[in-house]
Amino acid sequence: MLTTLLQLFWEFFKTGLFAVGGGLATLPFLYQMSAKTGWFTVHDIATLVAISESTPGPLGVNMSTYVGYTTAGVLGSIIGPLGLVAPSIVIIIIVSKILDKFKTNQYVQDAFYGLRPASTALIAAAGCGVAKITLLDIPAFESSGALLSLFSWKSIILAVLVYISLKVFKKHPIFYIIAAAIAGIIFQI
Amino acid sequence: MKELLDMFLTFAKIGGFTFGGGYAMLPILQREVVEKRHWATENELMDYYAIGQCTPGIIAVNTATFIGYKRKGYIGGIVATLGCITPSLIIITIITAFLRNFSELAAVQHALAGIRACVCVLILDSVIKLGKKSIINLPAFVIALGVFLGSLFTDISTILFVVGAGALGIVIKLVERRRKAC
Repeated sequence: MLTTLLQLFWEFFKTGLFAVGGGLATLPFLYQMSAKTGWFTVHDIATLVAISESTPGPLGVNMSTYVGYTTAGVLGSIIGPLGLVAPSIVIIIIVSKILDKFKTNQYVQDAFYGLRPASTALIAAAGCGVAKITLLDIPAFESSGALLSLFSWKSIILAVLVYISLKVFKKHPIFYIIAAAIAGIIFQI
Repeated sequence: MKELLDMFLTFAKIGGFTFGGGYAMLPILQREVVEKRHWATENELMDYYAIGQCTPGIIAVNTATFIGYKRKGYIGGIVATLGCITPSLIIITIITAFLRNFSELAAVQHALAGIRACVCVLILDSVIKLGKKSIINLPAFVIALGVFLGSLFTDISTILFVVGAGALGIVIKLVERRRKAC
């Protein structure tokens, strides 16, 4: 049992250390782990990606929880994710220390002057990715060829309503997320 | 101690409502951490996101560690990170144990479609807020446009965009100072 837990921690520690750039970057590591340890199958990975997309939280954390739970129960579901985030915590703390030291350095400030618009643009591009799969229905358009079928009208109407009420009422983002989930169920979006 | 508990709960709230990757946490992060609690500024959030792209690990977790460490040192970094991942741990354990076909339920699919439409709007709103702080002149606008189009239409690694933008920032400022000196 203890060796399984240690191995769980170690395998996910390696994933956390080498997977750079978000959830999907962990996938190749998971395929490797599946082949090496036999803890889960390739089919399990596909299922987990689907579950991950329908629950909150990062894919890597969800995957390590799932693998941890199936191999070593509740304790495993805690140890797996801890192994995954341990390298990040260490690395980010080191980066923070370095940043604190050089924060007033002219070149560091100049670099951030260039980084901030890039950061904004990357977030905008990610938003466009979500918008494309949500507001457009490309498969329907390709099969029917009708321009009107390209748009997911219900989603677009909901998005417009959310935007208007965001500007008018300025409520907490979580309020809108819950309201949109309920609207999704009621109107079968 | 009270702030640590508050930090854990705040990041748990953020982790519990982040559907669809690290970027989707931004609207809640802005509201909770920047506007309500003043733990970080919008500029710092952008810096954390840019650095989080180039360091290993999950962007959401990296951002939580940054903010936690800045406020409360080592223990803060750990507490914020644990807060961020705790909802996932609980939700996934329950789903794995009892509801393996969770993602196939029709109600879940509809709820998610609604959430995604909402997340598009929330991200748009966040981007506008950040843009007002980051796109302050023409060179900054050009960098933003370049990275935006580049990441939409090419397969170039995000790390290259981040490093390139940082280098460009240094060069642009250097040229500006030279010009002023003349």
